[in-house]
Amino acid sequence: MSAGTYTPKPGAAPVGRMIAAQAALETKMLLRNGEQLLLTVVIPSLLLVLFSTVDIVDTGSGEAVDFLAPGVLALAVMSTAFTGQAIATGFERRYGVLKRLGASPLPRWALMTAKTLSVLVTEVLQIALLTAIALALGWSPHGDPLSVALLLVLGTAAFSGLGLLMAGTLKAEATLAAANLVFLLLLVGGGVVVPLDKFPDAAQSVLGLLPISALSDGLRDVLRDGASMPWGAAGVLAVWAVLGLGAAARFFRWE
Amino acid sequence: MHEEPVAGGVLQVRGLVKRYGSKTAVDGLDLTAHAGVTAVLGPNGAGKTTTIETCEGYRRPDAGQVRVLGLDPVRQAAALRPRIGVMLQSGGVYSGARADEMLRHMAKLHAHPLDVDALIERLGLGSCGRTAYRRLSGGQQQRLALAMAVVGRPELVFLDEPTAGLDPQARRSTWDLVRELRADGVSVILTTHYMDEAEQLADDVAIVDAGRVVAQGSPEQLCKGGAENTLRFTGRPGLDVASLLKALPTDSAAAELTPGSYRVTGTVGPQLLATVTSWCAQHGVMPERISVERHTLEDVFLELTGKELRG
Repeated sequence: MSAGTYTPKPGAAPVGRMIAAQAALETKMLLRNGEQLLLTVVIPSLLLVLFSTVDIVDTGSGEAVDFLAPGVLALAVMSTAFTGQAIATGFERRYGVLKRLGASPLPRWALMTAKTLSVLVTEVLQIALLTAIALALGWSPHGDPLSVALLLVLGTAAFSGLGLLMAGTLKAEATLAAANLVFLLLLVGGGVVVPLDKFPDAAQSVLGLLPISALSDGLRDVLRDGASMPWGAAGVLAVWAVLGLGAAARFFRWE
Repeated sequence: MHEEPVAGGVLQVRGLVKRYGSKTAVDGLDLTAHAGVTAVLGPNGAGKTTTIETCEGYRRPDAGQVRVLGLDPVRQAAALRPRIGVMLQSGGVYSGARADEMLRHMAKLHAHPLDVDALIERLGLGSCGRTAYRRLSGGQQQRLALAMAVVGRPELVFLDEPTAGLDPQARRSTWDLVRELRADGVSVILTTHYMDEAEQLADDVAIVDAGRVVAQGSPEQLCKGGAENTLRFTGRPGLDVASLLKALPTDSAAAELTPGSYRVTGTVGPQLLATVTSWCAQHGVMPERISVERHTLEDVFLELTGKELRG
């Protein structure tokens, strides 16, 4: 490199270009990570195929896939927005990535916007794949796609808030363990593959307030039963989103 | 093509205090840095990193004032960040990212970045290939961090222990880059606990101990001012030291340490050397094994703090 190579010429890139670059990098990191793909792609796909074709859990009247597909879509949202984001962000914090980016021209709000875009892109890929699998298994979805989209967005917001709260307050290893444990517990107890009415009445009322239950049951109301917007489920998700994102904004530590 | 120095220097720290719980990491630190290379030198735990990270906007001062390129690093962070380059002591890269990928990404966050391929070539990062960051050697990780600090063509670069743990060849290569930055008008603030690094690179050295700057100046000034220099020679035993002393400047001292072994301390320069040799000539003395010992920054540090820098 010749003389004058390093002569200062500072300046931030346009913020739109920074966000696009950041979102692309985050998505690339996520798709390159084997454990993340296991959570976000392999497990939901396997559950969908397995529980649709083998009669393990009584999913009530009708085709099993009509019950399972909405639940697995909810699981996919949770796996990316909550589990994946919590683990990735936790380790980014631990390894100083968030700290280093904090000294770059990328504003924090732009970093969070990029993370959200990366989550949404991943979800679109997941939903496309899972929808294709479900359709191949004979799924016949109903309802208004806009209601579905709104539920997915609210679910993403709720799970992102909780994931970021965990990533920004716990140690990376604790986040890794807790995020996986929560994923497993909510998979079982959140109406994803096991209908909530299999649980005792007392448990049902509590489990029904979980974000995963609200999302899976809300999606089921629309996609299986053709309901119009399920405002109850949407309300539960909105409350989780406000609480989770609010707490994350308040307590998130960048280092 | 040197940039005009910023009025009041590139860095102004006044009375900085930073506490972590009951521990005071920085205790009323004053530091001014001008264009060029400034080394912040001190042992581990002296408060170097805390000071630098406050300048980078990571820490809010508990007391005192910090200005970087004339800006408040916390309140005016958005204006400051594009103008500075930061090399953290460790980490800062996605564990699954490749070196070139991360460097290209940092370049995209800036309006007029350096040519990434040329920078990869310059710092020997091509050898990283497609290896993920977490599997790179410590030296490769450090060179990547350095590249990330300069790729945005900043006015001011903060390097926190840039050569800690590097092999000698990698250290020299890093030193060369710092010199190139300086020659092209980039100011550099670097922390180090290596004396030779400060002596080799810095226009200005601030010695930090227990959260304060205990001395600051060019390496030459510090070695001259902080400690006396020494001239030694041997001759026949029993020379008239009092007579020698009369010939010397008033700030000098002379003594016969062991029979025939003499020591003169003071401002040892060509004039003093000439005075000693001409006194010897007048007294028919052949000064043998005459030697001049200059104090190093290491001696200065030891005298100022009573501590060894390393260990």
